[in-house]
Amino acid sequence: MEQYFNLFIRNVFIDNMVFAYFLGMCSYLAVSKTLKTSVGLGIAVIFVITVTIPVNWLLENYLLKQGALKWISPDFAKYDLSFLSFLLFIAVIAAIVQLIEMVVEKFSPALYNALGIFLPLIAVNCAILGASLFMQEREYANIAEATVYALGAGVGWALAIIVLAAIREKIKYSNIPAPLRGLGVSFILTGLLAIAFMGFMGIKL
Amino acid sequence: MDAKNWKLITNPLNSENPITVQVLGICSALAVTVQVKPALIMALSVTVVTGFSNLIIAFIRNTIPPRIRIIIQLVVIAALVIIVDQLLKAYVYDVSKKLSVFVGLIITNCIIMGRLEAFAMSHKPLESLLDGIGNGFGYGLILIIVSVFRELFGSGSILGYQIIPEVLYQAGYKDNGMMILPPMALITLGIIIWIQRSKNRKLIEK
Repeated sequence: MEQYFNLFIRNVFIDNMVFAYFLGMCSYLAVSKTLKTSVGLGIAVIFVITVTIPVNWLLENYLLKQGALKWISPDFAKYDLSFLSFLLFIAVIAAIVQLIEMVVEKFSPALYNALGIFLPLIAVNCAILGASLFMQEREYANIAEATVYALGAGVGWALAIIVLAAIREKIKYSNIPAPLRGLGVSFILTGLLAIAFMGFMGIKL
Repeated sequence: MDAKNWKLITNPLNSENPITVQVLGICSALAVTVQVKPALIMALSVTVVTGFSNLIIAFIRNTIPPRIRIIIQLVVIAALVIIVDQLLKAYVYDVSKKLSVFVGLIITNCIIMGRLEAFAMSHKPLESLLDGIGNGFGYGLILIIVSVFRELFGSGSILGYQIIPEVLYQAGYKDNGMMILPPMALITLGIIIWIQRSKNRKLIEK
């Protein structure tokens, strides 16, 4: 139990998707103008990432990895399909986003309206594909670990966008040099936030 | 080459730069800029993928049903990225290790999707190819500027060659370890945007 908790904390604060790996920056900068929409997008990302990573973990371990096809017959153990992983991962992500959209629309129209246009946009959010590829690179031992990792990565991303949106709302009326307004200052703010988050780095979990 | 086509290549270098003006493809731009060499390889890979995906989509643009265009675009991009990834693994294995997941992330690099949607779906193949190459160069330009600063001040070298003379180190100069860390990529890019916008005041946000 303790190891899962550590993994979660590690991925929220230390290996934060935005501050340590710069993943999902496009929507991070574009949507963080107001707090309300960032909360919506943050929740949508947590949702999608926690569903897709375990599915991709299953694909990786029972289809793509070298020796992963052993469960069909020992003859297949020599095949290594990992060159197909980009194509399969992105297809899974796009399909699951579509599926989640339909399910949520059917069973919870309130949530669907709250998430709005953010759900379809997530298919091309690189945080999701990035998390899948990190999952592949770090070789998590079982599906529970992969799920906890995904949840941590999603919460970390949501945390980052909510923090930036709150700061941007506050500085809206500050006197910033004109050329720096908007995009420029958001970059520098993110840089400063990332320095602050580096304070967690020394923690051994 | 006539002036109109030339513009397709030169505009993305400055006034329509994909990173600093269109805000596309930032994720990878920041993560691979610790040294110049990976940044160069990354810039080249992205240019190849944007160029060819624009070309392919422009050829088949009239046969793509609009409802499923995103999936078709993703398949074309993913196929090109797989080719690039396998080539990098075969010829420059050390750099490909350094770039790790970021080669795969070219698939979701918004520059490529953005240019397909905004340009290749409505223009002829040759123009689309040039637009793709231009945007790849614009992206590469920023990558190289950021990585030159970070490698020069972070480890005193460019492309692995020592630039800052030994005498300076003996006089007490030290490399700035901060420049190698991720946050400085963001701050460097913020400053580049600041400089570009104070030169080109049309780009200033209201």
